[in-house]
Amino acid sequence: MALDKTPEDARPWIEAAAPTHPSLIDTRHLVADLYNMVNVPTVVWIDEAGRIVRPNDVAYGNNKWQEAHGFDAEVHKGALRAWVREEVAVPFAPERARELQLLPSPEHQEARAEFALGQWLWEQGRQDAAEPHFVRAGELAPQDFTIRRGSMPMRDIDPMGPEFFTMVQEWSAAGEDYYRPLPES
Amino acid sequence: MSSETYTLLDAGAAATVDVAARGGRACLSPEALESATGWSVKPEGFCLGDVCVPARGALEDDGMVDVSAFGRLTGRPVIVDEAEQIISLGAAAAIRGEALQTLEAPDFTLPDLDGQLHSLSDYRGQKILLAAYASW
Repeated sequence: MALDKTPEDARPWIEAAAPTHPSLIDTRHLVADLYNMVNVPTVVWIDEAGRIVRPNDVAYGNNKWQEAHGFDAEVHKGALRAWVREEVAVPFAPERARELQLLPSPEHQEARAEFALGQWLWEQGRQDAAEPHFVRAGELAPQDFTIRRGSMPMRDIDPMGPEFFTMVQEWSAAGEDYYRPLPES
Repeated sequence: MSSETYTLLDAGAAATVDVAARGGRACLSPEALESATGWSVKPEGFCLGDVCVPARGALEDDGMVDVSAFGRLTGRPVIVDEAEQIISLGAAAAIRGEALQTLEAPDFTLPDLDGQLHSLSDYRGQKILLAAYASW
């Protein structure tokens, strides 16, 4: 599921991968809101009964950028295969899974409403009017990079450029984490 | 009293609503509020299903609903952009948090590249890896 501003942004990746599983586009960040996702990549494991057994975690699909982010995709894939093949029990007991969930604050939900307004205005070609809403959203939820980085392509800011690196550096210097992986147990 | 046409954004959907200004406050009719949010105005206050909250100060003398006050009472963030005539309604943090803590995966419906809709619940009975990524 791509948290991209248009399907066209995600199209090259989906067509190159040609997945057999559904590959969805969430231009309005509905799933980010429902699951309180704050960055990408985010993975959630859901069992046959529709229950979350591994809350929001960080996992990449391959190790192309491992030096930059430090996550080994094979560790997650191995754990996922073991769970699917029922070689292991669920990763976390329900009580532990609840403890590990990051829950949204009222300010965070306000940020999402600001982001939604900015995104709508951007879709209408009202980029200047959208700008203060994106800025406000980032101020309200500085920990949410689906907002702060995800809005950059709608603000003519390169999401891989100097503004992004400055943002991450400042966040890290404040003692905060850019990625929030779950602990091992 | 004159009213203006606003776009009301809620959960990714856009609706058109008539908004009247009452002393600088953006107000909706109770009918418009209910059709947009599901919350109705009753003698008890604002009601959604079995839940009612007192409408303390959110109702104007003529019965119109101050949408920002409604948001504060129900925990829903409300952003009003008067210049652009848009109201953006967010979800209440408490509602989102309580739903997540049940560990029931929230259902959703989204399109694929061809516009075909898929719901999470279509895949009940299978294990699901929900993976969020982005081109940015």
